[in-house]
Amino acid sequence: MDSLIYLLGGFATALEPMNLVFAAIGVLLGTAVGVLPGIGPALTVALLLPVTFKLDPGGSLIMFAGIYYGGMYGGSTTAILLNTPGESASVVTALEGNQMARRGRGGPALATAAIGSFVAALIATVGLALFAPLLVKVAVKFGPWDYFGLMLIAFVTVSATFGSSPLRGLTSLAFGLWLGLIGIDQLSGQTRLAFGVPNLFDGIEVTTLAVGLFAIGETLHVVSRHLFGQEKPIAIKGSIWMSREDWSRSWKPWLRGTALGFPIGALPAGGAEIPTFLSYTIERKLSKKPEEFGKGAIEGVAGPEAANNASAAGTLVPLLTLGLPTSATAAVMLAGFQQYNLQPGPLLFVQHPDLVWGLVASLFIANVMLLVLNLPLVGLWVRLLKIPLPWLYAGILVFASMGTIAANPSVVELLLLVAFGFVGFLMRRYDYPIAPVVVGLILGPMADGALRRSLQMSLGDPMILMQHPGSAIMICIAFIALVLPFLFRGLAKFRQDED
Amino acid sequence: MLKPSAAGLHRPTLIIGIALFAIAAITFNDARGMNIRANYGMGADAASYFVAAFFAVLGLGHLIAAFQPGIDAEQADWKAFGWVSLALAGLIAAIWLGAGFILGSTLLFAFTARAFGRKALVKDLVIGVVLAIGIFLLFNKLLTLALPMGPLERLF
Repeated sequence: MDSLIYLLGGFATALEPMNLVFAAIGVLLGTAVGVLPGIGPALTVALLLPVTFKLDPGGSLIMFAGIYYGGMYGGSTTAILLNTPGESASVVTALEGNQMARRGRGGPALATAAIGSFVAALIATVGLALFAPLLVKVAVKFGPWDYFGLMLIAFVTVSATFGSSPLRGLTSLAFGLWLGLIGIDQLSGQTRLAFGVPNLFDGIEVTTLAVGLFAIGETLHVVSRHLFGQEKPIAIKGSIWMSREDWSRSWKPWLRGTALGFPIGALPAGGAEIPTFLSYTIERKLSKKPEEFGKGAIEGVAGPEAANNASAAGTLVPLLTLGLPTSATAAVMLAGFQQYNLQPGPLLFVQHPDLVWGLVASLFIANVMLLVLNLPLVGLWVRLLKIPLPWLYAGILVFASMGTIAANPSVVELLLLVAFGFVGFLMRRYDYPIAPVVVGLILGPMADGALRRSLQMSLGDPMILMQHPGSAIMICIAFIALVLPFLFRGLAKFRQDED
Repeated sequence: MLKPSAAGLHRPTLIIGIALFAIAAITFNDARGMNIRANYGMGADAASYFVAAFFAVLGLGHLIAAFQPGIDAEQADWKAFGWVSLALAGLIAAIWLGAGFILGSTLLFAFTARAFGRKALVKDLVIGVVLAIGIFLLFNKLLTLALPMGPLERLF
């Protein structure tokens, strides 16, 4: 019951006029940047972090919620109107959505995506509000050994289980862990891999890494492959409203997509790709008009879009309750929290319930705003898609480097940013996944700390990890998930690319 | 997209494998030089040793993979790639030499646009200046973030 009172308090905060303005700015910025081709939600959040630097934590978290949901929504608009989805979670949306747009049904496609996203995010955010306090109750009892087991699962599932090849995924993870070592160790004060460079003592900034890998790496990759023959967005003809038939064909896929997306997003193995693919497959099987699939079936947009947004809310469950990011976007969000010295996890619910529930309430408000603002503004978003690519990418680079030097004004930081950009280019060129690097950088030091704290409590006996059932089970799961793909190579059916 | 390559030695994989061994060696060496010891359990060096070993195993995996049929990366346009690199170098040089954010961003914008096939360099330089001044005013004045100052910035 406490959480309901806090949630109402959260709404009281979020509904203050100034905070509503922050939410609206967040939604608009998030959508505008998310719509740009080649920019997924992770990069959207990373690029817009500096904008929120100087606000108070409450206001900027609210803006943040808007940016997050706005970025997700923007991705689907790109996928429907251009055939170049900005992120892998929208790949499925592009399959049917783009076909609908080509057949002059772009309006209903955008509408079912927007309303489906709204319904899914609404249900999933309710799920988050109900489920998070329960998980927090369990998580307060977690010892460092349990956290260690949990992080092992996250490492393995992010890098080895679903990637194109376990060797590549693990190499990306190792690079992230290596970057995590750099700097002064928090437990002992020992400096690791800083080579006497003072700027490295504080460690590598997550936002610098994410912006370098995603923004600069992507730009170098696109320019090197001459991928800039620009596609024209498909004009929206006719009504943007859905017909009675569209509604009746959409509402069940919305609910099924939500039911798939939220739980899978909340698992440590989360991510939006798997639920969107599953939803597409299921809708195709259940549809009364399966022959329309591939030619613009509205179910193929409604289901995956709902799954995508529900899983986005789902990833917030482990992020807020355990401090565990399970996707690149969640990792960047975590960096955003840390910038205000907030550490998500069970303690945050105890110490700053107002902030947490203010954020949850803002998610509801951002969601409503998206629905109200986006469909009428669709003309504006289409115009954004028409920005010539040379200016678009030049602008992305200017904004990306600006964010980094504004956060940390030094040449070393800029050099790191550019170095990460070149690494990101090489990783894209040779097909190494990017998300494990970001997750490794954040979770590596946390896992290191958790393991060492466990061993301090057991006076150095490593068996402590096996004596607690929770950690023993989780370590076994992580081990099985690591070994399975090597045993059954065909099992890695879902290729998880990220933005 | 990536294409399957003919059987034989796969050079990129081999080079990445060797680079992984190099990182493993650096990390191992760094860990050996650590002098703060933990009383119980693991010290700060344990994670370094673990990561070094992890890299060595992955390096070995890459060496094995290099002798199996792999995938070849696509042809790349290195000239365009060079223009973007030049654009980034321009920004770094401008910040390093204290020429300021506006000049650096202008070079970054114009050269990147050039890389993507724009020919009107002067026009892009003008757009870059306007964009950079706009960002500078917005962030330095309105949001009070400290962007690197140079002669141009001091005029405002």
